[in-house]
Amino acid sequence: MIDWAYQALLAPFIDFGFMRRALVGCIALSVSATPVGVFLMLRRMSLTGDAIAHALLPGAAIGYMVAGLSLGAMTLGGLIAGWIVALLSGGLARITVLKEDANLAVFYLLSLSLGVLLVSTQSRNIDLLHLLFGSVLALNNEALILLAGIATITLILLAVFLRPLILECLDPDFLRRHSKVGTTTHLVFLALVVLNLVAGFQALGTLMAVGIMILPATAARFWARQLDQLLLVALSLALLGCWLGLLMSWHLDLPTGPAIILVLGSLHIFSLFVGRDGLLKRWLHPNKHLKS
Amino acid sequence: MHPAVHHLDGQILAGDLLAVVGPNGGGKSTLLKGLMEEIRPLGGKITWPQGRPQLAYLPQRARLDLDFPLRVADFVSLGHWPRRGAFSTIRAVDKQAVDQALNEVGLAGFGKRSLDSLSGGQLQRVLFARLLLEDAPLILLDEPFAAVDAATTEDLLKLIKHWQKEGRTLIAVLHDLHQVRNHFPKCLLLARDVLGMGKTESVLTSANLAKARKVQVLADPLAPICDFDEAEEQA
Repeated sequence: MIDWAYQALLAPFIDFGFMRRALVGCIALSVSATPVGVFLMLRRMSLTGDAIAHALLPGAAIGYMVAGLSLGAMTLGGLIAGWIVALLSGGLARITVLKEDANLAVFYLLSLSLGVLLVSTQSRNIDLLHLLFGSVLALNNEALILLAGIATITLILLAVFLRPLILECLDPDFLRRHSKVGTTTHLVFLALVVLNLVAGFQALGTLMAVGIMILPATAARFWARQLDQLLLVALSLALLGCWLGLLMSWHLDLPTGPAIILVLGSLHIFSLFVGRDGLLKRWLHPNKHLKS
Repeated sequence: MHPAVHHLDGQILAGDLLAVVGPNGGGKSTLLKGLMEEIRPLGGKITWPQGRPQLAYLPQRARLDLDFPLRVADFVSLGHWPRRGAFSTIRAVDKQAVDQALNEVGLAGFGKRSLDSLSGGQLQRVLFARLLLEDAPLILLDEPFAAVDAATTEDLLKLIKHWQKEGRTLIAVLHDLHQVRNHFPKCLLLARDVLGMGKTESVLTSANLAKARKVQVLADPLAPICDFDEAEEQA
């Protein structure tokens, strides 16, 4: 029994270096992308992450065309493309009739189609799959250092900007009356979203990167009622999801990125029913209330 | 252009407890926003003999996202912003001040509750607790008792009077004339024009109130250009 559990849950990571690397990469990603996702969700920007993730593609593709399969070039390209789309959407919303969400829809579609076009001009289409689905099982040292670096920057900036970040969402007028950091905060936050999506697409691909941001956050909302608890529960769920997802991909011989996101999605659905504020509790005790 | 307020000329002294009354659309909120320098006057100016003091403001309907998962104590501690800003740490003394502020608004022990669990009256008390921490010499309140029950109103009025005794200046937009007569020594009756400013009993006369009721607060697109200033110059 113990042996079976060991074989199922631990052995792949102990026996194989690339599984360990994948796990370390996923841990770095969880630590950094999950809190960003919690704030995306609280600011009602969950789909913004998704749109920006798609917008990274042409940047990464241009990076690839210029420098080949180079981590630095593709990361830089993705960062620039994500930034352009995020800033254009936010900036145009302030000076034209269209709102930020409509602008975002326009520019991410433009960006995505440009990206697919660029990738398809390359002869080896296998690389398209690489970009779309990531390669968490092939993370080299550079990639791990990049993920860890992004996690460090993210945590520091989130800690520094925590108060304005909360206030911008909770009581924007108060923030505007007392301070000018509102715009800076919004820009820093958008930069963190782009940065973490770039980190995510190294491992999980452009299509799945947003999953590790949003799914742990949404699942945690069914368990936690305070911001600090929300951040901790989301992180724990993300780590659990990565671990189980890697194992599932190993044992069943499935692609890793989608496996991790599917496990995270299952955790969300589990929380939706069983969580403290989930559906099951509402169905089982519809009319119970406290005495005072 | 249709200014919301025109021909207002008056002064507010430090330590005043001033009620601003008048019909909806009469320019009361606009006046407060002008004082906060959120909007600039189309004409005329607002002067502060001793420099513009730090001011605290309670909006008519605060645009709060009450679903945000935050504790009451954390929300109230935002009142420390003028001193601690965006980045400094909240210290132990600051936390004590939060507990004390909650105590003063009658919400002792509510610190650990989440914001979304509060009733309308409790939320208003929480907002007053935050104002209290802001510790500003000039406090602007825009309809602080709208949608609040009698007991809460009474408690919050006591707090307002206490603030005046501490030497703060308070300007409150109100609709309950009975309340204004009983609690506010000075009053400004505003219906785009100033219909009276000064001692409450001399402003809230039946003649003035009848005039306020007749004032057309909706902007009339065909209104002639106002020649108030020119007439004054000729006189």
